[in-house]
Amino acid sequence: MTEKATTSALLYLDGISVSFDGFKALNELSFVIEPGEMRAIIGPNGAGKTTMMDVVTGKTRPDEGDVFFAQGAYDLSKLDETEIAGLGIGRKFQKPTVFEMHTVEDNLLLALKNDRRVGATLLWTDSAEQDDRIDALLDMIRLGGVRSRIAGSLSHGQKQWLEIGMLLAQEPQLLLVDEPVAGMTDAETHQTAELLKDINRTRTVVVVEHDMTFVRELGVKVTCLHEGAVLAEGTIDQVSANERVVEVYLGR
Amino acid sequence: MSNAFRLTRLLDRGAAIFLVLLGAFAIAMPALNLLVPASSPLHVSTYLVALFGKYICYAILALSIDLIWGYAGILSLGHGAFFALGGYAMGMYLMRQIGARGVYANPVLPDFMVFLNWHALPVYWYGFDWFPYAALMVVLAPGALAYVFGWFAFRSRVTGVYLSIITQAMTFALMLGFFRNNFGFGGNNGLTDFKDILGFNVQAETTRNALLVCSCIALALAFLVCRFIVTSKFGKVLVAIRDAESRARFLGYRVESYKLFVFVVSACMAGIAGALYVPQVGIINPGEFAPGNSIEAVIWVAVGGRGTLTGAVLGAILVNYAKTYFTSGILAPYWLFMLGALFIGVTLLLPRGIVGSIKYGLDRRADTRAAALEEDTRDDVAPVAAE
Repeated sequence: MTEKATTSALLYLDGISVSFDGFKALNELSFVIEPGEMRAIIGPNGAGKTTMMDVVTGKTRPDEGDVFFAQGAYDLSKLDETEIAGLGIGRKFQKPTVFEMHTVEDNLLLALKNDRRVGATLLWTDSAEQDDRIDALLDMIRLGGVRSRIAGSLSHGQKQWLEIGMLLAQEPQLLLVDEPVAGMTDAETHQTAELLKDINRTRTVVVVEHDMTFVRELGVKVTCLHEGAVLAEGTIDQVSANERVVEVYLGR
Repeated sequence: MSNAFRLTRLLDRGAAIFLVLLGAFAIAMPALNLLVPASSPLHVSTYLVALFGKYICYAILALSIDLIWGYAGILSLGHGAFFALGGYAMGMYLMRQIGARGVYANPVLPDFMVFLNWHALPVYWYGFDWFPYAALMVVLAPGALAYVFGWFAFRSRVTGVYLSIITQAMTFALMLGFFRNNFGFGGNNGLTDFKDILGFNVQAETTRNALLVCSCIALALAFLVCRFIVTSKFGKVLVAIRDAESRARFLGYRVESYKLFVFVVSACMAGIAGALYVPQVGIINPGEFAPGNSIEAVIWVAVGGRGTLTGAVLGAILVNYAKTYFTSGILAPYWLFMLGALFIGVTLLLPRGIVGSIKYGLDRRADTRAAALEEDTRDDVAPVAAE
């Protein structure tokens, strides 16, 4: 528990192990994310990228190891999803997950940082201030034109953006973004990179992605996972020059 | 401003039409029964008044199921249990009103207790001779059961078909319990032979009409409560949980609290329906807990259109009218087959139900009209651009 007081990291993972039926999804995984940083995480299928996010967001409890948030102030392994979301950690799923039967506007409304208790939502009323916040978000994620469309009718790329917008609406300190450009066109991929860089000005971002062009465009520190542990860490050039990374992930 | 906003939120066009129709019905039925002479073709028989009174209670039960199934995705196949508990609470009050007029003329003990050689009233029967207490129990007993059941089920994240199965088990277990004589609720005969309710003879024509009107008022109130819930932000969260539970969780919503709240509200509503049902049919027995009853109620909602409150009411009345009609003729032995076929037919051909399909059609038409309008304006612009 000594590291609790000493770490400067926003997110601190130390020696995390998780196994499912004997399969070690995470094997003494350790890394830290500093406040204000943007980090790209790459690695082959089954490297443990999504499990790592599950551990951070409280969906999966680690068998061993420490996960601390906000300079060691919170032990995430003892909290559940709702509490962790309340601390300011937002998560975008690999498969875009929005509320398909709600309008784009309502999706953002539900995500806005607000009192989440039963009584508060029962007696909730519309306010101009919230409308302004929704307008600003719609501008940022470029969905102003489809504000009252049902989210289920959006294109795949638009859903990805809407979900990112929902994360932003929560005003989190840390965003975990799982494969944001899967299924996007080149133009959309480029726009998404711009959007994430924009978000990174005020918030810490962790992006899991397979698309190396996109990772290169982000131009941030890269961590490569393999078999549940860190294989290499550094700039994109350093990591892609690493022999082992080439062997297990990039291919020759 | 905000009051006006809330009123329009509560009453959209469909809801307003529904309440007006319900009000007209609640006035017309007693008028045609009591004021129009029996010889007139417009006369409504007391039998029909009682029959529709029963349907209205079923409609309240259907609303309560639609609230949790249609909006929160909780498919309860045991809602008949809450209905029956409300019914038993009312039945206990009615039993105590019989007093010394029972077969054994015991002023305190109901007949079945005398028959079983009981000498004192069980503690849990205390207070039921007082209507306000019984009325409180009508809501509290189902509400408490729903709270305990829901607290465990939703905290353990039991969802989907598993939840449906344990709700079936719950109502089945209660049925077995209430069948036992030593449970103190009249065993398999249940509670019957009622005389008075609030001093009025339950068999009297005027009482029957009054009960129908009360049921209609209860239905209107239940409808408004449901409207308030589903049109609030709380309602939007419910739909969000229904469609993407984990997303709602990761957004920071306490999913189990939302489900628990709406489940308890729904159970209380079902209890009230049961309480109004019992004096109108004159009996409550453990058969009301039968798993089949709960499943039937789910079919009403599916037929009318889940996620549309008016649909639930319409479905309950239509299916039950059909049941009354078909089970009294030569087709009687085939009713269950018809009900099964109806469920399969609706699921395959009309998955949105009757009202759901109508709403969908209207929305579609509005959409294409809006799209056409957009096209028109574009046509207006195009020639100008060409010039």
